[in-house]
Amino acid sequence: MSFQTATFYVFSAILILAALRVVTTRNPVHAALWLVLCFFSAAAIWLLLHAEFLAIALVLVYVGAVMVLFLFVVMMLDVNFDTLRKDFKSYIPVATIVGILVLIEMALVVIGSGAGDAPAPAAGGSESNTRELGKLLYVDYVYPFEIAAVILLVAIIAAIALAQRRRRDSKYQDPGLQVKVRPAERVRLVDVPVENKE
Amino acid sequence: MSLLTAPTLAHYLVLGAILFAISMAGIFLNRKNVIIILMAIELMLLAVNLNFIAFSHYLDDMAGQVFVFFILTVAAAEAAIGLAILVLLFRNAGTIDVDDLGDLKG
Repeated sequence: MSFQTATFYVFSAILILAALRVVTTRNPVHAALWLVLCFFSAAAIWLLLHAEFLAIALVLVYVGAVMVLFLFVVMMLDVNFDTLRKDFKSYIPVATIVGILVLIEMALVVIGSGAGDAPAPAAGGSESNTRELGKLLYVDYVYPFEIAAVILLVAIIAAIALAQRRRRDSKYQDPGLQVKVRPAERVRLVDVPVENKE
Repeated sequence: MSLLTAPTLAHYLVLGAILFAISMAGIFLNRKNVIIILMAIELMLLAVNLNFIAFSHYLDDMAGQVFVFFILTVAAAEAAIGLAILVLLFRNAGTIDVDDLGDLKG
């Protein structure tokens, strides 16, 4: 049993245990933290598959950004999570059956078709994974790459537009009204009779 | 597929299948709690990405990794918008219980 095999099994075991805890734990904050462990183990397994850039990207983007977003939202919501778990036990049988069915179907396809017997490739090229991926992304897949950028922009705008709170009692300036204002609305000339003291 | 040899493609595919099945069962288990459902969807995407990277490695084709890159992009956007909708939902409805969210029902 080589070092690579041992590493694969250790990280797979951690990944599966953490995934189980994500879906069974009581507290959503704990679920988010278990999910962080999931992503770390998956990144290690991706390293085994020589996908170094994506492994680092997974840690940076998911652990660093998405999971922090999840934690923020979970902590912001003032929900009684116990009431949401009221019928948790009654769903266990159907969930187990569906999960095992899905697993058996997929394993049958993978093992039965012989797709899994692909030989391990020869030692990878001399170039680094990041350089190879970059060449593909910026040459062959440059238009999809630009579209991905637009998708991110749309997501930013949509998230801000959705989550922005418009409070009725907040004071704000309306530049349009400020520009349109005329002197007559702001300055009132009052005739004051001149008094002669003498 | 013998268990103790160096990991083959089948090892990684079965790992992805297990992960996908766990998250599928998780959606059934937590079918009232939108937050856990979103987390289970992230887990499903992770399983799919694992399959893509395993195929990319064993078939020696970098296109699989490019595809994972795009999936990560779209998944990040999806998580951001989904959580924004969740916050909005909680602000307006005061609950994130899936059963209470039948407002559009005719």
